[in-house]
Amino acid sequence: MTDHNHAPPRGPNGGLSHYQTMELAVSELLIEKGLFSEQKLQGEIAAMDARSPETGARVVALAWSDAAFKARLLDDGTAACESIGIDMGPTRLVVVESSAAIHNVIVCTLCSCYPRMLLGLPPDWYKTANYRSRVVREPRAVLREFGTELPDDVVVRVHDNTADMRYMVLPARPKGTESMDREALAKLVTRDSMIGVGLAMTP
Amino acid sequence: MARFAAGDAVAVRRAHPPGHLRTPYYIRGKAGVVERLLGEFANPEELAFGRDGLPLRPLYRVRFAQREVWPDYAGAGADTVDVEIYEHWLEPARKAG
Amino acid sequence: MSEPGRMHHDMGGRPAGPVDHGQHDHVLWEKRVDALLMLLSNNTRRIITVDELRRGIEELGAEAYSRLTYYERWVASVTHNLLEKGIIRADELGRKMAEIEARSPEARSRKEAG
Repeated sequence: MTDHNHAPPRGPNGGLSHYQTMELAVSELLIEKGLFSEQKLQGEIAAMDARSPETGARVVALAWSDAAFKARLLDDGTAACESIGIDMGPTRLVVVESSAAIHNVIVCTLCSCYPRMLLGLPPDWYKTANYRSRVVREPRAVLREFGTELPDDVVVRVHDNTADMRYMVLPARPKGTESMDREALAKLVTRDSMIGVGLAMTP
Repeated sequence: MARFAAGDAVAVRRAHPPGHLRTPYYIRGKAGVVERLLGEFANPEELAFGRDGLPLRPLYRVRFAQREVWPDYAGAGADTVDVEIYEHWLEPARKAG
Repeated sequence: MSEPGRMHHDMGGRPAGPVDHGQHDHVLWEKRVDALLMLLSNNTRRIITVDELRRGIEELGAEAYSRLTYYERWVASVTHNLLEKGIIRADELGRKMAEIEARSPEARSRKEAG
């Protein structure tokens, strides 16, 4: 599979590729037909650029330091995130909590569903055939490739995003962080820890 | 009305129709337990062809023991995989394990 | 291993190699494709559902699915869906694509050289 083949596609003379030309043509036609404006398209791109794992990290740090928020987040992820001003769009979010006893990891084996409102666009590896094929069947081996070694008595729960929910992992709060404030806590929360292939960093 | 509730033992139908399906191949024919009912949603098998997807279908998060899904599973016995499955893919099963 | 009824995109559990951690920065045209789908699928327009996008990608077939990049698959599917719905027509799309190719810098330099 060549999911990782992201060399900018170019036409025969270094110009636009067939698919780049197709995108421009379709956008221009839809704009001419009045379905939306170029400005709207640019606005969508700006919103996309503004979404990043920092949003998810802020949610995690708040959940670590505010038990009531954490309870709401685990009960209804969408409502809890909206309550702190995050635009969730149509996303229905389920937050799964990892602990010393349970480790959660997310995947979409059928395509590449991802909690993008909280984490931004998925990393390339998340979309690869190799990750999608293997993490449901040998999660511990895949986690090891990410440098995450889990003892046998930790239960591994894989969550396959097959339908209308999007999943995010609430990683376990690392030891030695009891006196840290939310801002400092958020810096420990990596994207990979919210996908579940990694753990939150220790201070 | 949803046919199943959290804690119910269910099995995924072993069916392989053509079309756009959101029930992964690896989970068909496997037995698990309903973890929760997620609500009712338009049927993606219909939405995919430009239809309205109505009536809405109950959607469940079903938890499967990895050793049930993969007989040669290499990890710990308590490991699980959760998959979202629409009601028409599920049938009642005897309590697994 | 023969698995009748299993489609190429439905890959959970298939044997596969190590996960490549390489990362590329999304280039502008990829973001434009993503934005295009967002605009077409959102609640105000509802022109293409995510499931229609996915079906279009699945119907590319195994060979194209693995050969095309992620957003090439998306734009191919979005375009096919728009054609299917009659929102755009093949003829106008063909003409527009030719017009865009003709205004690209390398096409202009070819013309000048000729």
